[in-house]
Amino acid sequence: MIKVIFAIGMLFFQSCAENRTESFQKENATSSEIKIAKTNSAVRIPTLNYNDLELLLHKKNDTLYIVNFWATWCKPCIKELPVFEKINTDYKSEKVKVLLVSLDFPEQKEKQLIPFIAKRKINSEVVLLDDPDANSWIPKVSTKWSGAIPATLLYNKTDRKFYERSFTYEELEKEIKSILKK
Amino acid sequence: MKRKEILTAFVLAVFSIVVLSSFILSVDAPVIKGYHIGSEVADINLLNVDNKMVSFSDFKDAKGFIVIFTCNTCPFAVASEDRINALDAEFKTKGYPVIAINPNDPSVQPDDTFVLMQQKAKEKDFTFPYLYDESHKVYAEFGAAKTPHVYLVQKENGKKIVKYIGAIDDNVRNASSVKERFLANAIYELLAGKEITLKETKAIGCSVKV
Repeated sequence: MIKVIFAIGMLFFQSCAENRTESFQKENATSSEIKIAKTNSAVRIPTLNYNDLELLLHKKNDTLYIVNFWATWCKPCIKELPVFEKINTDYKSEKVKVLLVSLDFPEQKEKQLIPFIAKRKINSEVVLLDDPDANSWIPKVSTKWSGAIPATLLYNKTDRKFYERSFTYEELEKEIKSILKK
Repeated sequence: MKRKEILTAFVLAVFSIVVLSSFILSVDAPVIKGYHIGSEVADINLLNVDNKMVSFSDFKDAKGFIVIFTCNTCPFAVASEDRINALDAEFKTKGYPVIAINPNDPSVQPDDTFVLMQQKAKEKDFTFPYLYDESHKVYAEFGAAKTPHVYLVQKENGKKIVKYIGAIDDNVRNASSVKERFLANAIYELLAGKEITLKETKAIGCSVKV
C-alpha cells in the first residue's frame, strides 16, 4: 500500500516537472516566433494622468484586466515582462487583457521607453502614467500598495486583486484562473 | 477488502497531493511587516561609507532621526540625492540628522556594492552617514519596501518612536515642482510640539533588491 502512495506521489511530481519544462519551452518558442518587428515610429504610447488612467482601472465589461505597473529602469519589472506578454497572447480568446502602465520619467519617453517597446516587440497595450503626486493616486490603485514596483492589479467587474510582487508565468496564471473560475 | 485497501490508498494519495500542493503553491505575497507609526525602533549597528560602524546611540544630542532607505541606482533615489543633503543641512542642527541606509543586495543589484556606495557618497558630498545593511536585517525590521523610503524617528522617554513613514515630498521626480514637503512639515510639527497632521504618505520607488 505504501508503494501505491509512493507511486502516485511520484507520478504527481513528475507531471509537475514536465509541465514546467513544457511551458518553459513554449515560452521560448513564442517569444522568438511571434510578431513582426516594430519600428520606433510605429509605437504609440499615450501619456495619461491618473484621472485618465483611472477609467482604465474600472472598466465594467466581460474582460479580466491585468494591469502591471513597471518602468524600463526597474530590473525585476523587465524580468517579468515576458510573462505578461505571454499571458496576453495565450489568454486572448478568454477575454483577458494586459495593460502595461509605465512609470518611466516623461522626459525619457522618446529616447528610452518607445525604443524599448519597439526593440522588445511588446504587443500588450502600454500607457505612460505621468502624474507626479503619487501620494494622492497610489492609494486609489490599492490601499495595500507601498509604491514599490513591480506591482500588478487584476480586475474584472466583480473581482479585484492587488499584488506588490513579481510573477512567474505559473504564478500569474494561477491567479488568473482563480478569478476566471468564479 | 482489497477494494477497500485501494480506496484507502487513493484517498490517502489525493489527501497527500492536496496537502503537498498547498505547500508548493503557497506563493502569496507575505504580509508587509515592520514598524508602524508609534512603533519602538531598535538600535542599529551598520557600516558607514567611512568604514566606521554607526548606531543611533552615537548621536547623544539628537532629538530624533530621519532614516532614509535609499540606494545608488534607483532613479527615484538618484532624483532625491540633493534633497537628502538639503534635509540633513536643514534638520541636523535642529536635532534630526539624516541616516541613509542601502538595503539592496549587490548580488541582485550589482551597482549597489559598498565600494560604489563610497563613490556615490564622495561624488555627491553626502553630509550624512550612508550605511550598508549587509545582512538585510535592518530594512526588514523597519519594513522598508522600496527606495527611497523614509522613517522619521523621535526620541521619547529613552525610546525611539516612529512618527512618520513615507515620502520626502509630493514630487519625487522633480524637486522644483514640489508643492508639499511632507517630511519637513512633520519635523516642524514635532519641533512645535504638535501632533503630525500627515503621518503616512506614499511614493513610487524601486522595490528593495534582496
